[in-house]
Amino acid sequence: MTPTGSNPAQGGPAHTAPPARPLPGKGEQHRHVLVTIVLNRPGVLNRVASLMRARNFNIETLAVSHTDQPEVSRMTITLRGDDVAVEQAAKQLYRLIDVLKVQDVTSDPIVEHEIALIKVRADDRNRGEVLTIAEMYKARVVDLAAESLIVEATGTESEVDALIALLRGFGIKELVRSGTVVMSRGAGSIEEAVKR
Amino acid sequence: MGTRDDAPTPLAGPGRTATDTGGPSTTGHSTANGSRSSQRINHMPGAGTARAEEISAGRREMLADTRRLQIKSLAERGLTRPRIGADAVCESLLHQGADVVFGFPGGVLLPLYDVLGDYPELRHILVRHEQGAAHAADGYARASGKVGVCMGTSGPGATNLVTGIGNAMLDSIPMVAITANVVSSLLGKDAFQEIDITGITLPCTKHNYLVRDANDIPRVFAEAFHIAATGRPGPVHIDLTKDALMAVCTAQQPDKLDLPGFKPNLDGNYRQIKLAAQEIAAAQRPVILAGHGVLIADAVDELRELAEKAQIPVAHTLLGVSAMDETHPLSLGWVGMHGWKHVNKTIQSSDLIIALGMRFDDRVTGHVPTFAPYARIVHVDIDPAEIGKNVAVEVPIVGDVKRVLRALIPQVAQVDPQTRAAYFAEIEAWRAESERTPWHGSGAWRNGQLSADYVVSRIGEATGHDATIVADVGQNQMWVARYTGFRRPNSHISSGGLGTMGFGVPAAMGAAVGRPDKETWAIVGDGGFQMTIQELMTLVQDHIPVRIALLDNHKLGMIRQWQELVYAGNYHSSHLLGPDWMKLAEAYGIPGFTAAKPEEVDTAIAAARAVDGPALVNFQIAEEQNVFPMMPAGKGLSDLLEEQFEEPKQ
Repeated sequence: MTPTGSNPAQGGPAHTAPPARPLPGKGEQHRHVLVTIVLNRPGVLNRVASLMRARNFNIETLAVSHTDQPEVSRMTITLRGDDVAVEQAAKQLYRLIDVLKVQDVTSDPIVEHEIALIKVRADDRNRGEVLTIAEMYKARVVDLAAESLIVEATGTESEVDALIALLRGFGIKELVRSGTVVMSRGAGSIEEAVKR
Repeated sequence: MGTRDDAPTPLAGPGRTATDTGGPSTTGHSTANGSRSSQRINHMPGAGTARAEEISAGRREMLADTRRLQIKSLAERGLTRPRIGADAVCESLLHQGADVVFGFPGGVLLPLYDVLGDYPELRHILVRHEQGAAHAADGYARASGKVGVCMGTSGPGATNLVTGIGNAMLDSIPMVAITANVVSSLLGKDAFQEIDITGITLPCTKHNYLVRDANDIPRVFAEAFHIAATGRPGPVHIDLTKDALMAVCTAQQPDKLDLPGFKPNLDGNYRQIKLAAQEIAAAQRPVILAGHGVLIADAVDELRELAEKAQIPVAHTLLGVSAMDETHPLSLGWVGMHGWKHVNKTIQSSDLIIALGMRFDDRVTGHVPTFAPYARIVHVDIDPAEIGKNVAVEVPIVGDVKRVLRALIPQVAQVDPQTRAAYFAEIEAWRAESERTPWHGSGAWRNGQLSADYVVSRIGEATGHDATIVADVGQNQMWVARYTGFRRPNSHISSGGLGTMGFGVPAAMGAAVGRPDKETWAIVGDGGFQMTIQELMTLVQDHIPVRIALLDNHKLGMIRQWQELVYAGNYHSSHLLGPDWMKLAEAYGIPGFTAAKPEEVDTAIAAARAVDGPALVNFQIAEEQNVFPMMPAGKGLSDLLEEQFEEPKQ
């Protein structure tokens, strides 16, 4: 980040092109998980969603629920971007009065889970094959009909992705995913700082 | 209407006669017919009446203790009716030290107007359009440093406020905007004049509230004023349903606020401040870039102290104008798209930028990869989200500029100016080149035409560089920032972030009310003036002494300039007609003056200054004057366009 090169005003050669100043947010993009603790007030989801849209951040998944404290809700947001851009998203979220805490847990030790319901085409000829695949991914069958069945899968986003990819060959009739939820491993709590 | 004997001789411009129409007696602000000249700058409507006396007594009382004054209860006011939500609104405003509300009534806001008369210490100024109310509250806040308050009714009243709210958001102006909404049982039913206004203002406010319960009003107002004025200021919008305004309210002012998600960081990190001091010690060519935050944090003295101690020249952004007396030897000038060339050159060749309370707007940096390529950056801002948003920085410091500078100054070594002699000499050479023409970039002297830069500089001189100068948006704004010469903090008011044409006159109205002790000028172009021209009548009715300098070039000047320089002279829709300004002034009952030649300027300014109340001066400036230098969009600070200048032939 430190500019190098020689400044013509300080005796450097005038003909050399000056070094280009890096643009924030243009680095390598990868997936980030933000845990956002918010006050459970009307419109808070709208505020978060509106901010992310206005600031040009693309939410991949968003899961919202109550916490053990009735006045506090928790959002788990996954999005893609470089570290600077996601840090900027977190700082923008902090500007919302209803946001109590934002933590990027991407590189923290966490338990990460998502639930998916997958309705797969399956009849007498291939049902066994589907069941085997589901079993290998520790997924359960929660509904069974003559020509289809519903697989309930839990796991990380990439585990669910992999199962879906395998089931796609049979024909997926319907798919719903909850979005990722995470919790930090060990005794520490993300909500600790905002206990009221 | 008789002519006033103290009025100066109006100037006659070519083709039209300047007229001093005097004020109309129908507006009721004259003490006696035509004789309101003895006492200058009186802000009270109906001056001399019992009503005006009541208002000024109330305001005097308020200003004595604005924060924690004892607000009279309804019983103490001799009223027997129950205390309703609307009363709680008025009490809350008084409790927060608001003494002026710019507003416009409407159906669902009427419960508030029904009780407003019971609170004479709360002055209401009836605007002609809600946009004017929002800009006036904005100008009031900038001039006075207090929270500005505006209000409008549901639906169109609320949407009309939005431009002004957005303007306040982009420029970090403390403002509370109040709207009413339909009764809560009708919310979401597309009732008459219902619009989802909290949904609309959500992205352009610091925070907003929809209040359905009268008992929430004292808490919400206390929170709103606190949020608006604390940390990085900004507008807060409160939408009140009609039933909340009308219901009985038992809630009192809260003792403390419960805002767990709002804790601005005021003190900078000590280690970061130490690092900043090390950067300053190591730098050979440091430059301070002062922004609006310096003025907001009231860090003007600290800025000067740092600059003098470490011998660092101070550049400023558009909203940082007036953060440092421009006559100070270390004041460098205005940076950016239309800033001074020597300032941009200094930035581009600097090895350290100390950015104070500014946000590296694209009008400052230009194309970021080419911005200050050799400079390391220390960035102080109270909003963590501004750090690293537009430009990556080496030393970020999150905190209030005043507090950070107070902690930084003792860590910085006293620098002998001699050690920077070569640096300063180079800047001086650039400055001499940059300012070599008396009316830089105008060229209007060639055929004796009036140039805008001359006009604004004469206004600066005539007012002793102490008046509040409010710019509109466009070329006029750039000329004001370049040539007026600012010495007093917060004497320059300009719509920087949103660039809202039509800002000038209503904002000046608010500024004049907020700082009645200072003369107020609005410097506007003929395009922006016509956008909010209706507020002239507010100036007259409420007797607000704004002097309007109209720079009339019959053009949307900045549009024309871009069309000339960027769009190959394709002048579509940049020529616009205006009315006969002197007849317009006469119709409004405002003294009007005209100046068409350089030698008429000073007399016209003096004539307008002598008016007790609003005045209009039409400066018929050259039609095709450009603002130079200019950084083309997408280019950098080193790629300035300049006029091909010829020395005047004697």
